[in-house]
Amino acid sequence: MSYTRDRGYFGGIADLCMTILDGMAVTFSHLMRKPSTVQYPDRMGMRVQDTLPFRYRGILEVDLEICTGCLACERACPIDCIVIDVTKEKNVGMVMTRFDIDMAKCMYCGLCSEPCPTGAIHHTPEFEGADYSLESLIRRFVKDPVVAYKPKKTGEDDPKVRQPDITRARTHLAWEPRVDVDEGLRLTFEWFRNKIAA
Amino acid sequence: MQEFLDSLIAQGYFPGVRWDVVYFGGMLVFAAIVLLVFILLVAGGTTFVERRVWARIQSRVGPNRVGPQGILQWLVDGIKLLMKEDIIPAAADRYLFMFAPYVVMVGFIGAFVVVPFGSRLIIADMNVGILYITSVTALVVVGILMAGWASNNKWSLIGGIRSAAQIVSYEIPAALSIFPVVLMSGTLSMQSLIQGQGWAPWDWYVFASPFTFVAFFIFFTSALAEGNRTPFDLPEAESELVAGFVTEYSGVRYLMFFMAEWGNLYIIGAIVTTLFLGGWHIPPVTDNVVVQAVLEFITFFVKSYFWALVAMWIRATLPRTRVDQLMSVCWKYLVPISFVNILGAALWVLVFPYGFWPMHWLLFGLSLFIIGYFFSRVVFHLRRARVRERDQYQFSPLS
Repeated sequence: MSYTRDRGYFGGIADLCMTILDGMAVTFSHLMRKPSTVQYPDRMGMRVQDTLPFRYRGILEVDLEICTGCLACERACPIDCIVIDVTKEKNVGMVMTRFDIDMAKCMYCGLCSEPCPTGAIHHTPEFEGADYSLESLIRRFVKDPVVAYKPKKTGEDDPKVRQPDITRARTHLAWEPRVDVDEGLRLTFEWFRNKIAA
Repeated sequence: MQEFLDSLIAQGYFPGVRWDVVYFGGMLVFAAIVLLVFILLVAGGTTFVERRVWARIQSRVGPNRVGPQGILQWLVDGIKLLMKEDIIPAAADRYLFMFAPYVVMVGFIGAFVVVPFGSRLIIADMNVGILYITSVTALVVVGILMAGWASNNKWSLIGGIRSAAQIVSYEIPAALSIFPVVLMSGTLSMQSLIQGQGWAPWDWYVFASPFTFVAFFIFFTSALAEGNRTPFDLPEAESELVAGFVTEYSGVRYLMFFMAEWGNLYIIGAIVTTLFLGGWHIPPVTDNVVVQAVLEFITFFVKSYFWALVAMWIRATLPRTRVDQLMSVCWKYLVPISFVNILGAALWVLVFPYGFWPMHWLLFGLSLFIIGYFFSRVVFHLRRARVRERDQYQFSPLS
């Protein structure tokens, strides 16, 4: 039906009634659908942090157990929000007396975690940084002086074989894959074949 | 009211109490019920119901934190407004500014005097009942104009003038569409209007003739316009006039304007129910006076609240009209149609003085057909939404 042409006095009234009836049917059908509101933060199936992607860049964290104190992250930081104090002690090795990250300055670029040889500095999925003062956003990881980690000579590298596991997605989100492995492989091959052909 | 108390005395509910004491106590209790239950619960509860219904129509959840499912939200909002500072602008006309909300409130509460909640539950069954309602609700215009002028603010003044123009215009089709029913029943009293109908839907005045059927829609539309409801909420159009005539108001005076507005929604439903939809009529199921009164009250309340819900639903559906469209709808469409309607209804009464039964069934069937068509459209839209959702999923290994 087209409503652009002039339908006259009674045609206009008829159009008005029909369109209002149809519009009210649309809004009524919305009454019977699920609301799309996500009731963050307290009324959700699971925390938002657990639903974020694996490589999400949230608040930084340092695992002092494996930190070598090499200062690579401090040098990499483009806005100098990381401050590390390391001293060399006899018979003990490198001792860290300070490892501060100012999350108020941090721009979550991830350049510090790239050069880290052990993966000690890494992003967490945490993102809720709201606080009453800027000072409380400075994360101080070293309370007492810590002896830095000394990497072993043998290879301690990225694992060459990975085995992704979706058990957590199944249990927490009741998520099931829409396509199984064989079907997925077939679709992927097909997709690439079409892509190359095109 | 008096009859109800008389029948209670006759059935021996108050042994050894003088009749005038019973009358006085009965009136006090009834006034308290009207004030507490209707002004507070209906006006306040309607704000909550409206926000929830509106939210669900827009795929949101709405207020659901205060109490179970947010049912106490309206109380919290009311208390918040009561505790707020009552600001009177320095340039305002101080006394008119303070007085205006009361005038609006009186115009709204006055309408409750003749609302028939049951065959015996009515404060005063005046012989000019329906005319009384149209005239006492017109007092609201005075209050709104007063508020608009006294605020000494351009938004308020434009809002007040718009509201006055709108209410005065729409009172004409509203009053004219009452007349087909008055012609059929031959009375203006609310109780006699209801007594002319029956409990079954096909006994209602709305199905009595094609003219009352049309008058029903005209009346509901103009009642929405008189109550400043969307799509005719120009006096308080947020996008143009900040808040119209309530721009300068705060605290408890602001609360009064909105109590009147939301309570008015129920009044619209009550008038529609009385005139067209059989009022409090219930099937003959019981002889007990109290049970009967309660059942009648529930019937009337549910029927009239349904139309308040429809008004909310319309508010969530239709966009606001322009000022010129508003006036053209009134003067070019509603007024001429209601004049034709009155003539037709007069002829109808002349030709069929005792009613015409096939027409009742025909119009009742037509309404059922419209409702059926409506739900078929609802199912159509639901199904289309589901198809659209499914089509959104397209396979790509890069996603």
